[in-house]
Amino acid sequence: MSHAFYVYASYVVTVIIIGCLIGWTWLDGRARQQELRTLEASGIRRRSAKPADETKS
Amino acid sequence: MSENSLAITKFSDLANPTRFLTLVARLLPWMAGTTVLLFALGLYLGFAAEGDYQQGETVRIMYVHVPAAWLSMMCYTVMAASAIGTLVWRHPLADVSAKTAAPLGAGFTLIALITGSLWGKPMWGTWWVWDARLTSVFVLFLMYLGLIALNRAMDDPSKAARVSAVLILVGFVNIPIIKFSVEWWNTLHQPASVVRLDGPTIDPEFLRPLLVMAVAFTVLFFTLHLAAMRNEILRRRVSAQRRLAARMAAREA
Repeated sequence: MSHAFYVYASYVVTVIIIGCLIGWTWLDGRARQQELRTLEASGIRRRSAKPADETKS
Repeated sequence: MSENSLAITKFSDLANPTRFLTLVARLLPWMAGTTVLLFALGLYLGFAAEGDYQQGETVRIMYVHVPAAWLSMMCYTVMAASAIGTLVWRHPLADVSAKTAAPLGAGFTLIALITGSLWGKPMWGTWWVWDARLTSVFVLFLMYLGLIALNRAMDDPSKAARVSAVLILVGFVNIPIIKFSVEWWNTLHQPASVVRLDGPTIDPEFLRPLLVMAVAFTVLFFTLHLAAMRNEILRRRVSAQRRLAARMAAREA
């Protein structure tokens, strides 16, 4: 096999692994933010968070 | 400064996860942009540089192999510092930091192992040898996997944090072994040619792209680490709020 094969294979492997790390971090963040929004929409919020009606009055 | 202010004025203020999340939200876009620019510059310099007079084109594997190998050790060092933070200061974010760094470290170690193998075949004539450097890096990879499994095997996060922290510190002995393995033992792997007491022995033509790629990998690591820490904080909030919701539902029933 030519040297180019080893060079490109190295870069492809690096891109795949880094792509997986970025993709997993990105999707995990989106899923967690979605879960928090769902919980908040159903009226469950952190004790330290200001309730929505308090800011209105 | 009022009690409720979310401004960060000293390092200990980061112990407040809400302040930390505000800081991360502000930093992440800048860090992601810097990572992209550095990778673009590093890859341009790497592929514009000439091939080596002995190694030919395969020298370009160095621009991903060496930074990934450095990062695999730096990530473990970050985890060891976090483990001290957990055990000594009980910093609330230290455990989050150690837990989220492990999968990233495993990823970078895997890159170093595979690209090293792809470099070894044309230059050494073999994909793998069980010499000191290669074996110690493989052990590091297994340690990352072990730490990930251990942390996820325990339900109680504070107990998982303490047990993992002890194991991380015990495993830290492997880092100097990896670094000095090429000097202590007779290995197929070359000794250090960049970080040496008598200065780099590598030609500036190769050193420049290598250093840019090293900085790019480092900024990428910290970007992903901060994002993963944010995700872990959010995950803990979700589970805390679900417990709260379950308690409220039980009280009403």
